[in-house]
Amino acid sequence: MAEKLISKIPEGPLSEKWTKHKSQLRVVNPGNKRKLEIIVIGTGLGGASAAASLGELGYNVKVFCISDSPRRAHSIAAQGGINSAKNYQNDNDSVYRLFYETIKGGDYRSREANVYRLAEVSGNIIDQCVAQGVPFAREYGGMLANRSFGGAQVSRTFYARGQTGQQLLLGAYAALNRQIAEGTVKSYPRHEMLDIVLINGEAKGIIARNLVTGEIERFGAHAVVLASGGYGNTYFLSTNAMNSNGSAAWQCYKKGAYFANPCFAQIHPTCIPVHGDQQSKLTLMSESLRNDGRIWVPKKKEDVMKLRNGEIGPNDIKEEDKDYYLERRYPAFGNLVPRDVASRAAKERCDAGFGVNKTGLAVFLDFRTAIERLGVDKIRERYGNLFQMYQKITDTDPYKEPMMIYPAIHYTMGGLWVDYNLQTTIPGLYAIGEANFSDHGGNRLGASALMQGLADGYFILPYTIGDYLATQFKNPKTDTNAPEFEEAEKAVKAKIDRLMSIKGHHTVDELHKKLGHIMWEYVGMARNEEGLKKAIVMIQELRKEFWSDVYVAGDKENFNQELEKAFRLADFLEIGELMARDALHRKESCGGHFREEMQTEDGETRRDDEHFMYVAAWEYKGADKEPELHKEPLVYENIKIATRNYKD
Amino acid sequence: MDFTLKVWRQKNARSKGHFETYQVKNISPDSSFLEMMDILNEQLIHEGMDPVAVDRGCQSSGPVSFDHDCREGICGACSLYINGRAHGPDDEVTTCQLHMRKFHDGETITVEPWRSKGFPVIKDLVVDRKAFDKILQAGGFISVGTGGVPDGNTVLISHETAEESMDGAACIGCGACVATCKNGSAMLFVAARVSSLALLPQGRVEAAKRAKAMVAKMDELGFGSCTNTRACEMECPKHVTVSHIARLNREFLCAKFKD
Repeated sequence: MAEKLISKIPEGPLSEKWTKHKSQLRVVNPGNKRKLEIIVIGTGLGGASAAASLGELGYNVKVFCISDSPRRAHSIAAQGGINSAKNYQNDNDSVYRLFYETIKGGDYRSREANVYRLAEVSGNIIDQCVAQGVPFAREYGGMLANRSFGGAQVSRTFYARGQTGQQLLLGAYAALNRQIAEGTVKSYPRHEMLDIVLINGEAKGIIARNLVTGEIERFGAHAVVLASGGYGNTYFLSTNAMNSNGSAAWQCYKKGAYFANPCFAQIHPTCIPVHGDQQSKLTLMSESLRNDGRIWVPKKKEDVMKLRNGEIGPNDIKEEDKDYYLERRYPAFGNLVPRDVASRAAKERCDAGFGVNKTGLAVFLDFRTAIERLGVDKIRERYGNLFQMYQKITDTDPYKEPMMIYPAIHYTMGGLWVDYNLQTTIPGLYAIGEANFSDHGGNRLGASALMQGLADGYFILPYTIGDYLATQFKNPKTDTNAPEFEEAEKAVKAKIDRLMSIKGHHTVDELHKKLGHIMWEYVGMARNEEGLKKAIVMIQELRKEFWSDVYVAGDKENFNQELEKAFRLADFLEIGELMARDALHRKESCGGHFREEMQTEDGETRRDDEHFMYVAAWEYKGADKEPELHKEPLVYENIKIATRNYKD
Repeated sequence: MDFTLKVWRQKNARSKGHFETYQVKNISPDSSFLEMMDILNEQLIHEGMDPVAVDRGCQSSGPVSFDHDCREGICGACSLYINGRAHGPDDEVTTCQLHMRKFHDGETITVEPWRSKGFPVIKDLVVDRKAFDKILQAGGFISVGTGGVPDGNTVLISHETAEESMDGAACIGCGACVATCKNGSAMLFVAARVSSLALLPQGRVEAAKRAKAMVAKMDELGFGSCTNTRACEMECPKHVTVSHIARLNREFLCAKFKD
């Protein structure tokens, strides 16, 4: 079966691969495009930009989202910015540098060719967004402004206040709206894909639930594009939106698409700490804050105790008694080390007993130095909305007191395995954005998720999907009365009936919280063999409990959010196990995956390139059967593999 | 903290709604309003509300449905009318960012859906805001396709202009302006988009056409007229001001004079 993992990376020098590949891709002529139908699942940056671009090309597109409008997809919440190798700052940025920093930031576990292409098209994205009317921040002379992000030594991040994701998504959503008005795209809001339909092994449609009426509907197409985001909500508490889920991708996995590197989950260092048991989700404070904010904890334990007891405030601690531990440990990058490094460093200080809030799980992010240097007005202009958000949530004023932050689950680098064309192991099924695995390796750099979503949707997929569709235009419209649709629909309905009929004793959320605790404890920031083995057993038991004792309120024929959640949790309970399995097999530390057995003397990650320089692609083998591992070796022709060093 | 909640329950768009009263206890002041609603729902599920409610003749049994997603004030999904105010008693926040510390212990809190002709109720507190998508589809975009665009720095835009455009672009499409307006007008929503794009050189080309098309669509979908009460501005969680309405009116009038 290993022959399915053909990456299709073009031959030739790195900088010519994409150009050469494009020239060899088949194209569909305009008349034939009109005969072809494409389904796009999800309307975040990837889905919206892909659907709009495909519509512009003349294809018939159906786009689905679970929210009431495409504009609500969780890309909207991305705050800090988008990377692009424009070199507008003349700081010696280049396509190569962005490529190199992304590979290094990902701890040498992503594909060279994909990442280079990403860096290559990054400039087009900014131009595209400006043309759409995205109000990026501007310098006084009218030029586009930049700021710095973690893991980069140049200033290449473009931004629109702390709402960059919102503005980029509104741009893509506007392009989508234009196509909807022109009739090339049809939008299906409040629809959730519950299964993918294969005919002769190729993706030819979906089964979806109309979330308003509860009806189960069939949709056929010549190809399906999955842009359904990541599976970070497996942890229950994360910075993902409440409805973000891994189910669409998971159904594809269960129909034969390989799932790659599931254990690579990103833990973001700057989130607002958990307030208590009633917490439903975590709020991110943008990485851009680390441009001007300095992270510290007290040097002395007695100061820590006094802080926790409320005897003193952070401003009472003398400057010489503050431990700016990132600046101390990583002098070259200071507060702007990559996310995984910053998160582990925070955990290390808190584990050592220096955490600053009542629970001992928080560190300070302090703007005092920046406010003294630049003035309050400048800081307000740069981060005003983030400071306001912090104040509303915590009831403290970050202009006067340092913020308290702690790491939280934020993004999943793993996802459906795709080749260079972004096609999964199921022909006709494509995965883009966070839903695929290809560009970020073991750790994603800040401001690169937006870049990838838009690169895939605007500039890569519209080209590569043509190569497949060129083989399809002679095929008639997919018949949704085909037995494959019949069967898939029956299975979905049976699953709904089963969920509704359990009528047990636990609510969906109670079981989801339990799963979250297991995941955070054993498959979180630090993992070890014993814990991972334990987690697998615990998740299996919890899954049994779910299927025998969950209570799904309401009925199936109506708007029913409990049923929606139950469907998603059923999948999280399987995704979590695969994540643990993948983490257990990867006996090395790299990026966000930290195996306690594999660390250097000073607590840094220790990779094992000899044994693990590959993509782990898992194949589903049936319920309660162990999945099969396939390996795609990672070949670095252009980059010298090294230990990541952010110290000098 | 303990609260008495009077919550609007409505089975679907066709059925008649009513208030039901619930008690919630031991709510942390640091919990958000939606986290309090989560707790209510867990309670309702546990109390086996379904049979009891049906016995009492209640049409909409089970947990309370409400729209929510990002829970950090940016997606615009949450939409509750709390104690007679869109997004509740705090200023410049969405319901998901409203915290229980803004209420008194023991308070009775009334929770309703957006009430507007343009936003029919789907269930309980969930309304249908498709009309907003339709208004934007009528012209809330710049007609550029993917690719073939000039370099981002080719056209300079002053810092002030970009910031002003951003002020309008900050709209999250939640619908608080419509819910608050006594006329059920969507003027602030339409204006935010028209004005934000009209300020930019890229958006100027279609500014007049855009204003006309979006206003016509708004009227067609049953939203009311603007009578300058400025209630929308007061309740907008993203501080979009009526100065954008002034700019919309200017674009609209210029377009009409040309006709």
